[in-house]
Amino acid sequence: MSTMVRGRPLLYTSYEAEMALLNTRTKRVWLGVLLIIGAALPFLLTDATLQTFARAMITAVGVIGLGLLTGYAGQVSLGHAFFIGLGAYTAAVLGGDPEGRRLGFGITELLIWLPAAGLVAALAGLLVAPLAVRLRGLYLAIVTLGLVFVGGHIFNEWRDATGGPGIGRSMPAPTLFGYELGVNGELFTRDQKLYWLMFAVLVVFALAARNIARSRVGRAFTAIRDRDVAAGVMGVNLARYKATAFAISSFYAGCCGALLYVVPGFLAPNGVFNLEVSVLFIAMLLIGGVGTISGAILGAFFITFLPTATRLIPDAFPFISASPTEFPNVFILEQVLYGALVIIFLIFEPRGLFGIWLRLRNYWKTWPFSY
Amino acid sequence: MTSDVILSFEDVRLAFAGVVAIDGVSFTVGRDELFAIIGPNGAGKTSIFNVLSGVYRPQRGRVVFDGKDILGRRPHQIAAAGLARTFQNVELFANLTVLDNLMLGLHTHLTYGTFSAIAWFGRARRQELAARAEVERIVDFLELEQWRRMPVGLLPYGVQKRVELGRALAMRPKLLLLDEPVAGMNLEETEDMARFILDIREELKIPMILVEHDMGLVMDLADRVMVVDFGRPVATGKPAEIQRHPEVLRAYLGEAARTGETSGTGEPSGTGEVIQTATVGNTATVGEGARGTDSGGGA
Ligand SMILES: Nc1ncnc2c1ncn2[C@@H]1O[C@H](COP(=O)(O)OP(=O)(O)OP(=O)(O)O)[C@@H](O)[C@H]1O
Ligand SMILES: [Mg+2]
Repeated sequence: MSTMVRGRPLLYTSYEAEMALLNTRTKRVWLGVLLIIGAALPFLLTDATLQTFARAMITAVGVIGLGLLTGYAGQVSLGHAFFIGLGAYTAAVLGGDPEGRRLGFGITELLIWLPAAGLVAALAGLLVAPLAVRLRGLYLAIVTLGLVFVGGHIFNEWRDATGGPGIGRSMPAPTLFGYELGVNGELFTRDQKLYWLMFAVLVVFALAARNIARSRVGRAFTAIRDRDVAAGVMGVNLARYKATAFAISSFYAGCCGALLYVVPGFLAPNGVFNLEVSVLFIAMLLIGGVGTISGAILGAFFITFLPTATRLIPDAFPFISASPTEFPNVFILEQVLYGALVIIFLIFEPRGLFGIWLRLRNYWKTWPFSY
Repeated sequence: MTSDVILSFEDVRLAFAGVVAIDGVSFTVGRDELFAIIGPNGAGKTSIFNVLSGVYRPQRGRVVFDGKDILGRRPHQIAAAGLARTFQNVELFANLTVLDNLMLGLHTHLTYGTFSAIAWFGRARRQELAARAEVERIVDFLELEQWRRMPVGLLPYGVQKRVELGRALAMRPKLLLLDEPVAGMNLEETEDMARFILDIREELKIPMILVEHDMGLVMDLADRVMVVDFGRPVATGKPAEIQRHPEVLRAYLGEAARTGETSGTGEPSGTGEVIQTATVGNTATVGEGARGTDSGGGA
């Protein structure tokens, strides 16, 4: 841009240029390259790999939401899986076949059931928020943990809506303005179309989150996280912003849930919205880097692709079995890896993968004069 | 009468289990006044600020700010009414840059909602740009140019104190409370801060309440001074009167004896000097520890 003087990246000639989302040439170039690669991948990869990418991208939306609540506003929630579940079942019920055995309203239009899933979860988040005004830190974490258990019970028992354990129900095949995204078409396969859908959703949600983070809302979140008393004295309404954080975060979780099971097309409430899932989302946030949007995306991709990587291990090391009934097997190894990664990142790089990237970048910036 | 009084603090009593922090204190502050509160450590000065900003709720009394009874209101409501403060133990948002800390001061003056923020369009964008320009004027006023984009946590203590003053100024206050603005500063930093306080008076015309142990600063800057001890008001008056006041002398001699810092050979020649010596000892001995341990100030 002409408003930025070449060679002096921190010299801005207007506040508009300084405060722009992409305020340096490097950021603009990088984002452009990523968007082009992202959009082109469906022409290069197999459908199976595209499915994993789609899952990573929609998971990233959920992690970004948790990042706004926990990373920015400092409210530790173990209830994220519950909000994801609410979104998933809202989508399933709204989009479900009205003639089918399960509750369904036959609304397949994505632009209706996706925001609706987010809103239902956001409403539930608003109801939970008052707890955060009373409780802090671990106490809040433990109380939100209760949500997962209550939710798990409801999801198991309300068979009309969820199908119940071991049976489940199908997820709606999304249509966008009447165009079928969930079936193989003449030009594109189902997986290609779903990939693009998730890609677009991720871009929109990531941009929105970045805007929230740099606005007065995001600043209020960080103020509450760092010093809540001072935040109040500076004019931040603690109760209101904690509620806002819960609502936004749950909206993201709801939308994540609504789309997460669209790719497999099927959802049974067995161990999908439990404590383990909540913890996994926190792990993705910690590994990616708390307090940044890019970190949340990195973490989601890293953990989603981790099993793909570990499944290759038995080929290289035959003493590790690929069968869950033998010991040691890859699944145990995977669990150990998650745990170890979280601990390693917490101790050595609290800024997560994002922090490592920052270090690399600074290294190359000063190259060859790296200290 | 009411029109030229910005704040009236009437017969406030605040007790914690076992400790009476404020015991029947009353005072008023005029619209163009610099009012100072002095007193030994633990006298209740910071507690008065915490009552004013809504952090503590007193058991008795009335606080009228700009014609509104603010007692029992939440801190953010009091902030919105136009009361800003700094803290004895710097309470900045350490991970945020100087600019973002100052922008936070403007929080109540930015009125765009969450949806506007998400789209970063229209109101949100306009207001943020205007806020950025306003914050730049504060950066300029407090000579913070070279630190602008640095996370506050990395800055020297003296600069942090200045940023905190800037954050309070960004709130466009009708009354500014300064809790020991020069504590722990060297001579040069103290002089800078004194200059800023004078500039705030003269250019911005903001009334202030100053809590400070540096007697030189208080006696130079304040229009009126109130002395408190053990939560009780000892005397209120012009700096010159306070320096001669027998009760004040007693309170400070007592404090000096407690901290064991007076070279006191019995009969001091002038009261002003006694206050000076007493507080020098005071800041040197207790002041240091107080900064690290006193959590009553802000936590
Ligand atoms: N939150 C609290 N809980 C219990 N006691 C408190 C609390 N805050 C203050 N106090 C007590 O109230 C009294 C007054 O404390 P305050 O911090 O107001 O003193 P101060 O005049 O500001 O002292 P200093 O000059 O050291 O800053 C002290 O005895 C203190 O221990
Ligand atoms: Mg104090």
